[in-house]
Amino acid sequence: MDTHAAYKSRWLPWVLLAPTFVILLVFLYYPTFETFILSLYRVAFFGLSKQFVGFGNYKEIFTNPEYLQIFWNTAIFAFLVVLLSMSVGLGLSVLANQKIRGRGFYRLMLIWPYALSPAVAGVIFLFLFNEQSGIVNYLLGITLGITPNWLTDPVLAMALLIFVAVWKNVGYNVVFYIAGLQNLPGEVLEAALIDGATPWQRFWKITFPLLGPMTIFLLIMNTIYAFFDAFAFVDLLTKGGPSNATNLLIYNIYRDGFEYYKTGLAAAQSVILFVAVVILTIIQLRFGESRTHYGG
Amino acid sequence: MMSHLVVHLLLLAAVFVVAAPLLIAFIFSTQTPAQIFSYPPKFTIGSALVENYKTAWYEYNLGVYMKNSFIIAVAVTVGKTIVSFMAALALVYFRFPLKGAIFTFILLTLMMPTEIMIVALFELVTKLGWSNSYAALIVPFLASATGTFLFRQQFLQIPTSLVDAAKIDGAGPLRFAWSILLPMSFNVIAAMAVIQFVYMWNQYLWPLIVIRENARQVVQVGLKGLTSGQDATNWGIVMAGTIIALLPALIVFMLLQEQFSRGFAMSEEK
Repeated sequence: MDTHAAYKSRWLPWVLLAPTFVILLVFLYYPTFETFILSLYRVAFFGLSKQFVGFGNYKEIFTNPEYLQIFWNTAIFAFLVVLLSMSVGLGLSVLANQKIRGRGFYRLMLIWPYALSPAVAGVIFLFLFNEQSGIVNYLLGITLGITPNWLTDPVLAMALLIFVAVWKNVGYNVVFYIAGLQNLPGEVLEAALIDGATPWQRFWKITFPLLGPMTIFLLIMNTIYAFFDAFAFVDLLTKGGPSNATNLLIYNIYRDGFEYYKTGLAAAQSVILFVAVVILTIIQLRFGESRTHYGG
Repeated sequence: MMSHLVVHLLLLAAVFVVAAPLLIAFIFSTQTPAQIFSYPPKFTIGSALVENYKTAWYEYNLGVYMKNSFIIAVAVTVGKTIVSFMAALALVYFRFPLKGAIFTFILLTLMMPTEIMIVALFELVTKLGWSNSYAALIVPFLASATGTFLFRQQFLQIPTSLVDAAKIDGAGPLRFAWSILLPMSFNVIAAMAVIQFVYMWNQYLWPLIVIRENARQVVQVGLKGLTSGQDATNWGIVMAGTIIALLPALIVFMLLQEQFSRGFAMSEEK
């Protein structure tokens, strides 16, 4: 790869790299490091007093049942969002990649929510699932005679959050899976076709394994989405309620940090989330090919 | 083999589920409160289209929020494209010491989403005196591993003979970058534009934290203000607000989605 490196200069590469280097150092490395440090302190009186407590914040988090419930919520939410948005995304990609009329149309109509923000999706679903005047309850009322309390029932509130998050993210997976399907080596699939493999066998024995690196990449990206982008859904739809049933880690970090001013606890939870992201990234680098991160 | 009819039906059902919330949002954005709360609800265009959009834009300050979001999204998209192009140019076309270390330094930031450091980043930005400013929303996002690697991948696919020829012609690195690399990178630039514009336009958590003044707020956070008015929520105006807020990102995406997908497909081949 170094055959491209035709130029040599003592200073020019450094000048070209300086903006990237400075910004990443000051606005990513330094705050990450500071988060670790802050997680070892207890901050009180709106930041006026700062006391070193070692791993006290972590101990508090891992023993307090309220925090443990938040971890549990986050795990369930992330697991189901990732599983559902990836499997639906893959299924739709396979369908939309068939040799049928209007594939371009289907593809576009499936992927546009990529451009939609979680906040917009959250507000629209707040209206659709409004208990008294929402369209969803109107339709359920006239067809099934039920009007569920979407936002006050703990299980339904979580189900609604998962549904919005999946609805918004299926398109992202379709973008990647269709690209992946189109890059599959045609000869292998043709060989299987000649060998008389059924479509079902061809999919599971050939297509799915060949999409393996893509699936691992998407697994990471979807998990990161479920960890972080969920914030707007929670903030706009449920505010973590009823009674903490939909409180997710990222939402609680915001609350502890900026509503209750428990900076140390918020930092400790951030570190825990950071460790989760690091583990995921290591898995990706080990098992997937190294791929670009498209979050930002 | 599954018949084409079944495939079409399944896909049409999926397209409908994906599109329905947006269609409903648009229909109700044209209705008066009386029309919205009528029973049974009307699924036709109401009589308050102009009024709802006007109210959202002027009375609920959406116009101001839109301007702020626009400034931030454009500044980051343009800035990050330039910064990433420069970094990739150095990484691909130069021999220099510590290159591997710099590469790793950039690569590792993939593991550091802004959200995990909001507490510390907020303290830093406050110390810099940037709270309530555009700078807080722009500067931290001007560089990224994503952008650098997208350009790097593109450059690595350009045959080396081009740079050799440029050198023989006596073109220096900047001249080569400007007149050869840049025109050959338009696909990547378009993909970058979509990814970055959509990412910045849709940011919610970080502006919610750093911006405390309505005059500087972005549109995603501004939407929250629409739903939490003192009077009973006028959903027509709220839906008008969501339609306004989603349009710019959607338009950018629709215009550049070909290049965006090709940018993806290309980076997925290797």
